[in-house]
Amino acid sequence: MRLEAQNVSFRYKAGPWILRNLSLSVMPGEIVGLTGPSGCGKTTLARLLAGFERPDAGKIALDGQPLPAAGYCPVQLISQHPEQAVNPRWQMHNTLCESYLPDKSLLEELGIKNEWLKRWPNELSAGELQRFCVARALGPQTRFLLADEMTTMLDAVTQAQIWQAVLRLAGERRIGILLTSHDSTLIKRISHRNIDLTSIF
Amino acid sequence: MSATANTDKPLLEVSGLSVSFIQYAAGLRQRTFQAISNLNADIRPGEILAVVGASGSGKSILAHAILGILPGNALVSGSMSYAGQELTPKRQAALRGREIALIPQSVNFLDPLMRVGTQVRFSSPNGNGTAMQREIFTRYQLAAGTERLYPFQLSGGMARRVLVATAAASPARLIIADEPTPGLHPAIVKETLAHLRELSAAGRAVMFITHDINAALETADRIAVFYAGTTVETAPAGDFCGEGERLRHPYSKALWQALPQNDFRPVPGSQPSPADLLPGCLFAPRCRLSTLECASAEPALRSIRGGTVRCHHAA
Repeated sequence: MRLEAQNVSFRYKAGPWILRNLSLSVMPGEIVGLTGPSGCGKTTLARLLAGFERPDAGKIALDGQPLPAAGYCPVQLISQHPEQAVNPRWQMHNTLCESYLPDKSLLEELGIKNEWLKRWPNELSAGELQRFCVARALGPQTRFLLADEMTTMLDAVTQAQIWQAVLRLAGERRIGILLTSHDSTLIKRISHRNIDLTSIF
Repeated sequence: MSATANTDKPLLEVSGLSVSFIQYAAGLRQRTFQAISNLNADIRPGEILAVVGASGSGKSILAHAILGILPGNALVSGSMSYAGQELTPKRQAALRGREIALIPQSVNFLDPLMRVGTQVRFSSPNGNGTAMQREIFTRYQLAAGTERLYPFQLSGGMARRVLVATAAASPARLIIADEPTPGLHPAIVKETLAHLRELSAAGRAVMFITHDINAALETADRIAVFYAGTTVETAPAGDFCGEGERLRHPYSKALWQALPQNDFRPVPGSQPSPADLLPGCLFAPRCRLSTLECASAEPALRSIRGGTVRCHHAA
């Protein structure tokens, strides 16, 4: 099972082309770093691969098939802004358990405290919210994870804590990861190969 | 990085600062959040002090406390002095924007309905604002037409330069930069850091608040490490090296060792919430060195090897 972008082109409405004729693939268990300057389309590419946007030309394929239109998507996106990725009118336990029941050991590994489950999103910091977003995205059906500046807003200790949990689980379940980051030391540390978005189209 | 940094008297001295907030939990039931507890910090002219810590550790609240712009439900205790005199609310209001300037975190702090040139001219205290604004825009490579633009017409990098320009145009001797580089491209981060260094080279004191320890090390003379609302350690930037053996506090060491270029090693658990702080050392529940003493008594601030630390076990 591989995740592929095949000759994908995309623009927002009638705006300028953001991606043109772009192809890439990620294999199971592979960790790929995606770099490039601000505004070059990294986040757009991640949104396309996760099915949040549809390409104007070309296709996104999971094992040769289009992404499922309904149900749990095996390609999960974790965004840079967790406060925009959770329902402000849900207590955190609803957000956490929306698609599956994460086990206690994963919550512990991510440093999620029991008392946070009853909180509302505005009562938690960005770092605390991001831990929930990561747990939520790691359901048993997840095959690929798109980490879009997942830990940019976090301190180094929290960043290492979240990544170590994700890397352990991804290793066990052979989840493929595409990560974007401005931090070249992070990319160098964890990715198997690196794609510079400005050099491939 | 001024050589005179250590000889001058502190421009700003904060000692024993605590800030708490009263909130309504449900109905008329109130609860108190201890956002900053017993914090000490000082900064000298020509020096860059980086304040580094996790999100939710109270860094921005420190900035707001110094400027005197905390909301009405905040309770402040402890003392602050500026240029040798006590910093009272009245004095804060008089110094704010003149002697003490803020470089805010977000571009949303610019007035969306005012041309950016006009906003920068506001910072200049006397008559010749326009000439000064143009000179600063030239220095920051903002094209001549930029002064007539509105904030929404600027790119992220340009807006960042305008925010720094606002502080540079003011005669402020103390500049507080609150997360001026969040999620920006490395080139813009580098440029912003260079601007901070310029400001300090001109003799101003710069407090650089960030969660990015790499940016802090690149720029600052000293680093204050924040955890759960207090400074656990203040160290010369050069102490962050090797395995972190020159650092004094276990959390500072953990922060250093957690960097991707070092061990990428996390610490289990999470920072305690300001709503339920326990007595004793706030890092104790996550600390390998923790003993009974740590759980019962808050460590006093001690000076060790040219830095300060709050840890019973530091030597």
